[in-house]
Amino acid sequence: MAHAPRERTLRPRDRADLVEILAGHPRPLEPIGGGSKRSIGSPVDADPLELSALAGIADYEPAELVLTAGAATPLATIEGELARHGQRLAFEPPDFGALLGSAPCGAQTIGGVLAANLAGSRRVSAGAARDHFLGFEAVSGDGVPFRAGGRVVKNVTGYDLPKLMAGSWGTLAVLVSVTVRVAPRPETETTIIVPVLDPAAAVDVLARGLGSPHDVSAAAFVPSRGAALRLEGFGESVAARVQGLLEWLGRDDADALADAESHALWRRVGSAADLGDAPCVVRISVPPSHAPRVIDEIEPERYLLDWGGGLIWAAFADADIDRVRSAIREGHATLWKAPRALRESAAVFPPLPPAVAALAAKLKAAFDPDGRLSPGRMGRHAAPGHPALETRH
Amino acid sequence: MICLPEPDPHLLARREDIVRALRSILGRERVIDEPLRLAAYETDAFTAYRQRPLAVTLPENTAEVADILRFAHREGVKVVPRGAGTSLSGGAIPAADAIVVGLGKFNRILDIDYANRCVVAQSGVTNLAISHAVADRGFYYAPDPSSQIACTIGGNVAENSGGVHCLKYGLTTNNVLGVEMVTPEGEIVRLGGRHLDSGHYDLLGLTIGSEGLIGVVTEVTVRILKRPETARALLIGFGAVENAGACVARIIGEGIVPAGMEMMDRPAIHAAEAFVNVGYPLDVEALLIVELDGPAAEVDLLIERVQRIAEAEGSTSCRASASEEERLAFWAGRKAAFPAVGRLSPDYYCMDGTIPRRELPRVLRAMNEMSAKYGLRVANVFHAGDGNLHPLILYDANSPGELERAEEFGNEILKLCVDVGGVLTGEHGVGLEKRDLMTYQFDERDLEIQHRVKRAFDPSLRFNPGKVYPTLHRCAELGREHVHKGQVRFPDLPRF
Repeated sequence: MAHAPRERTLRPRDRADLVEILAGHPRPLEPIGGGSKRSIGSPVDADPLELSALAGIADYEPAELVLTAGAATPLATIEGELARHGQRLAFEPPDFGALLGSAPCGAQTIGGVLAANLAGSRRVSAGAARDHFLGFEAVSGDGVPFRAGGRVVKNVTGYDLPKLMAGSWGTLAVLVSVTVRVAPRPETETTIIVPVLDPAAAVDVLARGLGSPHDVSAAAFVPSRGAALRLEGFGESVAARVQGLLEWLGRDDADALADAESHALWRRVGSAADLGDAPCVVRISVPPSHAPRVIDEIEPERYLLDWGGGLIWAAFADADIDRVRSAIREGHATLWKAPRALRESAAVFPPLPPAVAALAAKLKAAFDPDGRLSPGRMGRHAAPGHPALETRH
Repeated sequence: MICLPEPDPHLLARREDIVRALRSILGRERVIDEPLRLAAYETDAFTAYRQRPLAVTLPENTAEVADILRFAHREGVKVVPRGAGTSLSGGAIPAADAIVVGLGKFNRILDIDYANRCVVAQSGVTNLAISHAVADRGFYYAPDPSSQIACTIGGNVAENSGGVHCLKYGLTTNNVLGVEMVTPEGEIVRLGGRHLDSGHYDLLGLTIGSEGLIGVVTEVTVRILKRPETARALLIGFGAVENAGACVARIIGEGIVPAGMEMMDRPAIHAAEAFVNVGYPLDVEALLIVELDGPAAEVDLLIERVQRIAEAEGSTSCRASASEEERLAFWAGRKAAFPAVGRLSPDYYCMDGTIPRRELPRVLRAMNEMSAKYGLRVANVFHAGDGNLHPLILYDANSPGELERAEEFGNEILKLCVDVGGVLTGEHGVGLEKRDLMTYQFDERDLEIQHRVKRAFDPSLRFNPGKVYPTLHRCAELGREHVHKGQVRFPDLPRF
């Protein structure tokens, strides 16, 4: 669908302005931070709600391991400030600029990263964005400003709404400011590459590495290179663990990549950058041991395994997402990259079983009673009690 | 004084019909309605309050839970889910017009999956049983609430339980991959599984920590970790709380993430040492236990670094454990802190606020002032790494007015936690105990949004009524009982 002629962009100056817009604007709205992930999801017919005024680091005390910032603060600003204090975001947010080709690298904001619940290769050891998202201020779809969570790591006061915001892609509420947990940046890193060729052998090496006592922080299979296991930490510790891990794996044919090379490898793996020239890319989460069979059945043109095999990036010239989903017994698949026409006709986000779809629809209605925030981006919810999500036509 | 919503007289009047209907689902034996047997379910570990329920049901499988909940939905019956009943905040205390769904018979581990490093267990399996089941292969389940020998994994999900090691390994929510849950309408849903993250809204993340307000969890999938190669601890004494706080900040500032980092103040140190005699220094104002775990090469390196930091921050004593026995001895006093304090006083009341770490000296000073004001002693143990305070207020419930004073003292501490940028509860949950303080931390609109979430799952507010969120209903006073040493529920459970 071409942009509707009546579309107009709204740019709230601050929270009060945002409340006013949400309470009174007559058309659906699409919250936008840096706009780097607008091409993910079913296309939305809504006025762009550009949030770039809600930017800036509000509070950061390195010794507390906590940072609060405006939701539209560029991720690069936050990562730069953390690096100056020897810290980082442990969940290693990936930059999909190269994969999607729809926005320049470096465009994304902290709010966007959290709203999409992104995580890079360290997901397997440190958790996803959701696990580091401590609290937020937001405005609901009907213009109610509210806070949830807090500014401390240990907090069980009330529902864990940061978890619900993470991965809601701007369809429940508009984030105004966010508080995240930060972590120390390790002194050094080394990656071991074991030269295996097929996914079954690779997943076995990755599982053995992750099941070792050597604190593997990332585990991926890049078919052109082999199974990669990363160790991070203090210099002497990493050196000792590299030796320990090689003995644990019983391999004497492994290569080791030191700091800069290791770092570059994981930047590419975490963002699936090598699949950037494929027109369609599917992101699949499964139990790691299922990955070899799923790859066998879905026959991608190219693929990449991360998270010990639990995350499959599969590239196709033309993706048949239903066929991919039929190969998944546990887990889910999202049509991460596809031409607009395909995103209009296919279910981009995984359809849910009826009882879960009914809960999702009720939660959507709880936060956004009039259905004004990016309606349909994550699929059309069935009315409670009715069959699951329909695809868009 | 904490109240529950006034019971619905229509439900109370229908008690016999309700019991009969439940027995048609579960049979006679697994529906409890005799007063003597019901007494065992009147309270949890928040023992100052108790309430007898309409009836207790003990289903054996998910289909039975769904049948019970569909019946309750159809008939408008209220439901209180219950695991082992070890909640410190009254999360499992029944309501007079509610049935209890006890998960005690959900005690089987269903699958141990080393290839995917996870365990699937029924929700009534104890936290520690999961670690035991995978110990022979060198794995364990990381979150370790102090009641882990008794508390259930389903209860951990409800409370998002923490533990001494959550500084490094996270809370329940960071270690649970999936649940099977029965909704208030009696629908069985699976949220998450053996894979990572949700492809849609993170209903699993919302469920964890929801304190039994949105469903009954019947099965839990957790990730397991390889047990660290080694663990060593340091016992560090300081002449002032400020120095101990600065030491904690500097350890973290230098990029070290200890497995655990605990602080005790002078009264807690003296009580613990008198109780277990492990050689804690008695001439200090604050004692830190810093535990480092991981590969041996790393642990030895970090022990030295922390020793140097402690010295630079003015420690007056510093010992590193040289053996596993010594490490356990360092912990013995800390782990015995609650019963040790219990010896000093007929009763104690354990609080659970979290503060930004930098506020510790100020909060401890203020607590000492409050202690003088209320005329009640207080001892402090503190998860120093993540700012989670456990002040123990000493009182004597037999002395008229002392329990009320202890509660007021506790409320003032929790309000102070919120005032300095912290929260009401770090790991024990809101439950009944802190419900009426929620309006202190959250404003009306914050709570309105949380109510909307509740109503999305449970529009008639039948699940765990009266917990977590203040209600506008008329109140009924709960039964109160003075609990003294030796009579405490779970007297043998360590609490730290």
